[in-house]
Amino acid sequence: MFFFILRRLGVLIPTFFGITLITFSLIRMIPGDPIEVMMGERSLDPVLHAAAMKRLGLDQPLYIQYFDYIGNLFQGNLGASLKTQQSVWSEFTTLFPATLELALCALVFATVCGLLAGVVAAIKRGSIFDHGVMGISLTGFSMPIFWWGLILIMLFSVQLGWTPVSGRLDLAFDVQPDTGFMLIDAWRAEMADPEYNAGAFKDAVMHLILPAIVLGTIPLAVIARMTRSSMLEVLREDYVRTARAKGLSPARVIFIHTLRNALIPVLTVIGLQVGTLMGGAVLTETIFSWPGIGKWLIDAIGRRDYPVVQNGILIVATLVILTNFIVDILYGIANPRIRHAK
Amino acid sequence: MTSISTAPTAAPVEDLAGGYPSPLKEFWQGFSHNKGAVAGLVFMTIVAVCALFAPWIAPYDPIEQFRDYFLTPPAWADGGSSRFLLGTDELGRDILSRLIHGARLSLLIGLVSVVMALVPGVVMGLLAAFFPKALGTLIMRLMDVMMALPSLLLAVAIMAILGPGLVNAMIAIAVVSLPAYVRLTRASAMTELNRDYVTASRVAGAGLLRLMFVTVLPNCMAPLIVHATMSFSSAILEIAALGFLGLGVQPPTPEWGTMLASARDYMDSAWWVVTLPGLTILVSVLSINLMGDGLRDALDPKMKRAA
Amino acid sequence: MSLLQIKNLSVEFGSEKNPFRAVEGLDLSVDQGEIVGIVGESGSGKSVTMMAMMGLLEGQGRIVADELSFDGKNLLTISARERRKIVGKDIAMIFQDPMTSLNPSYTVGYQIMEVLKVHQGLRGAALKARALELMELVEIPAAKTRLEAYPHQLSGGMSQRVMIAVALACNPKLLIADEPTTALDVTIQAQIMDLLVNLQKERNMALLMITHDLAVIAEVAHRVAVMYAGQVAEEGTVPQLFRHPVHPYTQALLSSIPEHSKGARRLVTLPGIVPGQYDRPSGCLLSPRCPYVQERCRNERPGITAHEHGAVRCFYPLFEKKEAP
Repeated sequence: MFFFILRRLGVLIPTFFGITLITFSLIRMIPGDPIEVMMGERSLDPVLHAAAMKRLGLDQPLYIQYFDYIGNLFQGNLGASLKTQQSVWSEFTTLFPATLELALCALVFATVCGLLAGVVAAIKRGSIFDHGVMGISLTGFSMPIFWWGLILIMLFSVQLGWTPVSGRLDLAFDVQPDTGFMLIDAWRAEMADPEYNAGAFKDAVMHLILPAIVLGTIPLAVIARMTRSSMLEVLREDYVRTARAKGLSPARVIFIHTLRNALIPVLTVIGLQVGTLMGGAVLTETIFSWPGIGKWLIDAIGRRDYPVVQNGILIVATLVILTNFIVDILYGIANPRIRHAK
Repeated sequence: MTSISTAPTAAPVEDLAGGYPSPLKEFWQGFSHNKGAVAGLVFMTIVAVCALFAPWIAPYDPIEQFRDYFLTPPAWADGGSSRFLLGTDELGRDILSRLIHGARLSLLIGLVSVVMALVPGVVMGLLAAFFPKALGTLIMRLMDVMMALPSLLLAVAIMAILGPGLVNAMIAIAVVSLPAYVRLTRASAMTELNRDYVTASRVAGAGLLRLMFVTVLPNCMAPLIVHATMSFSSAILEIAALGFLGLGVQPPTPEWGTMLASARDYMDSAWWVVTLPGLTILVSVLSINLMGDGLRDALDPKMKRAA
Repeated sequence: MSLLQIKNLSVEFGSEKNPFRAVEGLDLSVDQGEIVGIVGESGSGKSVTMMAMMGLLEGQGRIVADELSFDGKNLLTISARERRKIVGKDIAMIFQDPMTSLNPSYTVGYQIMEVLKVHQGLRGAALKARALELMELVEIPAAKTRLEAYPHQLSGGMSQRVMIAVALACNPKLLIADEPTTALDVTIQAQIMDLLVNLQKERNMALLMITHDLAVIAEVAHRVAVMYAGQVAEEGTVPQLFRHPVHPYTQALLSSIPEHSKGARRLVTLPGIVPGQYDRPSGCLLSPRCPYVQERCRNERPGITAHEHGAVRCFYPLFEKKEAP
């Protein structure tokens, strides 16, 4: 197991440096004068221009710029936003819990529904339910989620008035962002002041439902399809026949002997959804005005705030490869054959 | 030996009276067996015809504004006008005409970005397979890095550098879909390289280019074609997403995603402005994915059985 | 009364309109302490019969029979829950490929203890002790450490021993062995076969041996049924059937074994293959391949008829010894 982790780390580290190379190049590949692009009219003053060049280190040779960049990264210095002058890292940490909360809820929704639908479809192979699940999941897989979000808002918020249109919480509540997770913060606020904050938790949940469904749609479709085909494959295995020949109950055959083995490829697919979720968060947060890192990045692009774009993408990509690393390790734990491989 | 085989499925081996069925016919049999794939093909044919002949099929110019007809509902709804079948948008432009012209853009961007990713992807994949040591490792590491970035985020980042626009969107989407082609080509080429026919060709003195493109590549085509179909559909989704974020094709050019960018403001008053462009995207992408499933069934019997 | 009694069993697959009969009109009985062999080429319906009896076809096949009873219980009318109390406990089965028949995600010990837990309600130390006892019973060296092993860490022979341990866990009255040695190395085959026969004698259980290897049957079985295309072609006691086969198919099978065709210049083979789903002849199923075929064989299907030493499904059984042409 130790060597297994070591080998995975051997892949992880070069990948990380590769990503730093990409994010480093990002800002330097802007066509024309980057200072002019970033600062607009003001950069026409040569003194200001030179100062900005120096501040961003753009007056150095490229390789020195890169080493400076890496050096800064390892000192935890990710630069500052051109607009707010706040450090990118502190902006990120403030906004990240919102995205994490949304992504986790979406992933839980997608995993629970996807596994259930996939397992039942596999067991009832060829039935109407099976065809229904396959049809709906292919539709979900083909869904332009930004439109899907608009349709759900139009239906549930505008027409029926069941859920709020945007944001994380109604402004009327007095909730301190202690953890950054609105569900927890709203719950604590409601406990602390049941009079004033009555219904804060429910309000937070209502704000979360639609974005989580929208963000979870594609992962749900992928997980359902993968679970079904993986289950069908394992159901044909000799050891499942053995399990039935042992006189085990159908539930035991399915959950202990089939699902456990069928889950191994599904787990990998769920891990890969982290990337999909981060990409989808950009769209979902834009539609629902969700104050997370997806919206943060898009806003930064809109106002050409390059330090935020560059290092925001670096952080997100690092998160994605770290998650995939963890999934790989979990995969090893779930699959004894890999764990024991030398 | 029995005279007639009644097996309705696979063509029996003995049935050689009329020669082997041509590969094309065999392919069509496999493909048409899948009803969803045929439905997808029919819809996409209609879309393609609309795209090709858009100026003649579309009732109006897509950017012409009818000042007296802002936000007219579709013809069948209350207050609709038979002049505008699917209604008009906030600037009085005919939605049907915009959708038809939008098909042009979506298909064009999809097609170009698939080709722009497929060609270098195949070449890099073959190189990685033929020179697995230094060059192959380098290429695959690079692809790993690109794969680590969420594809939409990478596309957004590229658009942020290059600036919005049609050509830039194609480049961004092509770059994003490149790694999958490289990986797929390399994997299937590696399998083929171990086969005897490649050795035979090598012994017969085939040069590197011949080995790569004449001997090995044709045998890797089936999964590549299936993947190209699937990446065509995700290209359409991505271009629409970029358009929606305001980073893709710029208004007033009629593009499906861009049409939705401003639709948010009309959710409570004009459902058709929100609904129709998205529905067009959904049904098109779904059709292509259905076709992809059918292609997989028809081209790769092994993949079919595994599914 | 026999331990296992099957009368006129048929198993159909496919659509109602165009069914494929994998097993047709099969009669079979097994007594306590008896070793019965079922022989046949692949696709002759040996395994399907056993799967049908144990309820392992999972609704894919339609099962019809006049009688299908085990130990006095009617397996046709029994509920699924009741059946599961018998299957794995009183009837146990081992399979052809031990390497794929064990679940790769669980330790060997878990897979043995699972049966003991489910059927005998053993828990804790008693459970562990019994599992160890079973591992030793099937002669697995270093049994204690092997309990913690995963299937991929064991050889094929060891895996089959584990499968036997699982099967014997609840002291079954009937053990079905479906080609138990086919997937193993030749040297291991003999060991596993010896182990099975010894265990059968020790415990006086019935053993149903499914195989295509006549030599194995000749060595260990008391009675044998020869199957062809889903039907029993001939049935009888081992010495009788091996010395005087009366069905043309049995005769051909026997003369294809080198030891049985001493003196002949070359081994006899039947031309052709077992008929599949779409090319079943209208008459006797063997008629296209039979060297003694008559006009009647091509038009009518023979029923099974009992004779002095067994039963045979043939219009013209070979009671007087004839040489194959």
